[in-house]
Amino acid sequence: MKTRALIIVFLFGGLLIYCTLDFPTWGDPLAPASKHVSPRYIERTVEETSVPNTVTAVLADYRSYDTMFETIVIFSAGVACLFLLRIFRRIEPETQLYRHIPSGITLRIAKGVKPPRESREFERIDLMWVPHDLIVQTIARLIVPFSQIFALYVIAHGHYSPGGGFQGGVILGASIILFAISHNLRSSFTRISEKLAVILCGLGVFIYAGTGALSIILGSNYLDYGALSRVFGVDAVTARSHGILIVEIGVGICVMAVMVHLYYNLASAGRHDEGL
Amino acid sequence: MSELTSMIMSKLNYWVYIVLMMVGLYAMIAKKNLVKKIIGMNILQTAVILFFISVGVKKDATIPIIIHGGAAESHALQAANYMNPLPHVLMLTAIVVAVATLGVALALVIKVYQKYETLDEDEILARLEDE
Amino acid sequence: MIWQIELVVLLMVVICGIGAIMVKDLLGAAILFGAYSFMMCLLWAIMGAVDVAFTEASVGAGISTVLFVAAVFRTSRRTKD
Repeated sequence: MKTRALIIVFLFGGLLIYCTLDFPTWGDPLAPASKHVSPRYIERTVEETSVPNTVTAVLADYRSYDTMFETIVIFSAGVACLFLLRIFRRIEPETQLYRHIPSGITLRIAKGVKPPRESREFERIDLMWVPHDLIVQTIARLIVPFSQIFALYVIAHGHYSPGGGFQGGVILGASIILFAISHNLRSSFTRISEKLAVILCGLGVFIYAGTGALSIILGSNYLDYGALSRVFGVDAVTARSHGILIVEIGVGICVMAVMVHLYYNLASAGRHDEGL
Repeated sequence: MSELTSMIMSKLNYWVYIVLMMVGLYAMIAKKNLVKKIIGMNILQTAVILFFISVGVKKDATIPIIIHGGAAESHALQAANYMNPLPHVLMLTAIVVAVATLGVALALVIKVYQKYETLDEDEILARLEDE
Repeated sequence: MIWQIELVVLLMVVICGIGAIMVKDLLGAAILFGAYSFMMCLLWAIMGAVDVAFTEASVGAGISTVLFVAAVFRTSRRTKD
């Protein structure tokens, strides 16, 4: 099998190398990829949308249909992971481990015996247990709020610097995952529950599609942000800039919720009781 | 001879990207473990994205964020001074779709492991034939 | 673009890519995949695609590696090939 795979790979690679002999030289400004539509995007972005970051303007305004369907793709990946992995009925685990905090004794509770209630004296620990590490927990508690503020900055400044909705949403989700890794997975469940994560997934797509529907209600085409100038009371160019900001917020919320949801389901294999 | 070397040097970048794509493709075909196949799929995806980005590169051009100084600057806007933003936009979508696909693929791997207790492709096929 | 830096980063990318599929330990493969993703991000930043490099740094070197480690944690860690 491996020799067959090597032969196929070499043949295919040779074919592709033969195709590169027709390519334009690397870095040519007159290459066909840079001639037809993209000069118009570069030259007319600031006067039509007042957003200097051309990538954000093209992504959220000129090609906003693609971005809307991409948000729907991320949402359906979250829903698919929910359907594949999640087990809703509570499976009684074989053994549970509880620790009595004042004396340090660990109890192993077998199946069928009623476990002690979670109180100040008993805490539940995972089966594959990692020792409590003070340094990692403290540093994570310091880093998480600052990274969340940085993520909000990245979303809001997508117009003027590299960034935008996706990057900020991923950093927000990563901060919550950092909290879930350094502390317990269950302590992350008490803060961002599964219900909240799933509702936020839908809310992000709703904000994006709702902006387009609002444009239709106000009398223009779907996802034409110039129609929003009546709602905001500004001229059409600034209204397009505000419309880009609104859809970026929607994308950021959806991406954050899907990243957190994917991690919850993968780390606990659907059961939502123990984790990494 | 010199034109041959100059031709090779201008095309060398594309050949390295093709080598990366073939590494990913080989991992998807020949490896038996399911997680290695998924790693190969991601290597292939990022190599294709690298190839696309390299198509939009212009010599001596700057990043595609318009320098907004004063009103006089906007008249001297030339498209040849800025990089092509269109491949960047398409590849942003591609990266996020890649991570969504990775999430679903890993969920499938966990489900397969829960049923068959192994991640080796030959053993899974043997157990499928036994059923 | 300084061609020396680009050559070194390209070489690192190919080495990390080949290493990620050759090691026998799946956790090591996940970490090498994170390194490969980060080297790709450097390459795109050299080429001037800053938005794409930002996204790949946060998504590839952050979320992808964490999801791989979580999946390896729930399945087995050794592999035969």
